[in-house]
Amino acid sequence: MSPANATSSPSTPASTLPIDPPLQVGGHTLASRLIVGTGRYETMQEMRDSIDHSGATCVTVAVRREKLYSPTGQNILDFLDLDRYTLLPNTAGCYNATDAVRAAKLGREILRTLGNPGADWVKLEVLGDSKTLLPDPVETLTACRELVADGFSVLCYTSDDPVIAKRLKDLGAASVMPAGSPIGSGQGLLNQNNLRIILEYLKQDDPDYPVIIDAGVGTASDVSQAFELGADGVLLNTAIAHARDPVLMGSAMKHAAIAGRQAYLAGRIPKRLYGTASSPVEGVISTRPYGAASRSAK
Amino acid sequence: MITVTINGNRVELDQPMTIRELLETAHVPPNYLAVEINADVVPRENHAVQMVNDGDCVEVVTLVGGG
Repeated sequence: MSPANATSSPSTPASTLPIDPPLQVGGHTLASRLIVGTGRYETMQEMRDSIDHSGATCVTVAVRREKLYSPTGQNILDFLDLDRYTLLPNTAGCYNATDAVRAAKLGREILRTLGNPGADWVKLEVLGDSKTLLPDPVETLTACRELVADGFSVLCYTSDDPVIAKRLKDLGAASVMPAGSPIGSGQGLLNQNNLRIILEYLKQDDPDYPVIIDAGVGTASDVSQAFELGADGVLLNTAIAHARDPVLMGSAMKHAAIAGRQAYLAGRIPKRLYGTASSPVEGVISTRPYGAASRSAK
Repeated sequence: MITVTINGNRVELDQPMTIRELLETAHVPPNYLAVEINADVVPRENHAVQMVNDGDCVEVVTLVGGG
């Protein structure tokens, strides 16, 4: 019973965890599988601190008109360390392919002059309805085709429709990013069946193709769930920005991403209808009240 | 006097000016901005020579928080 000759003791871990290769999207290698938005924060400082605690290395930004004749005081670029973060400009707010392509090119121009590596990619988002913020699949396909032809790495926000997702990949999207639920709704992953089908279709014969769940996250468990399904990344904004404590929620999202990803790699057990004992059934000092197991143990 | 549209607003300018001159009115560093004239991006290298002419539709954009 002496532990003296044991090769490992409770205080000495016997093994190290396998290395999870970083997420590759287009030409980018992302140390964190979480991509976070920079919108809807109360203050720039809160945004900066929340993102810091999320562990994300890639953050999304939007392209908007500069208020030329009225001093705005603060610009987001003064609060983002461009040596630390790869910016991912989006086309949010665009309702047709033409506007989305213009927004993408403007974003690229800013990042090019800033010298940020994010100059070659874009989060394509073409909305079809201002109430649900659901994407317009026809305009999204059109814009994706144009942007790919223009040399962009296109990370394409889309619905959870597997057929559109497949079409976007076929057009050359660097990543397809199905929504878990409507943008900012916090409803989590509403149609896990469709997300599973998308993951299956897009990764068939191409297991490294990155699928990122974008939009709808409400809390940390949604992030874990997305990774447990097999998503390569999760993109979220409001769930952190509008949490009661955004900085703490940023940290929660970081841990949820790690937990979900590790659980996926580790492989969950199958769900069973009946219980299976964790402790040995042999040598129990108790008797069992009823049932087949009780009879056989006698 | 020329009339141009800048970020959706009609603006009267005394005379045609370069994009670089136009951006001097902005309150952020010029490398925070991108400019489109008539829906075409003007690369920053051309800002010093590209003129804003009568009737042009100019967009001057920056980056803001977004998801």
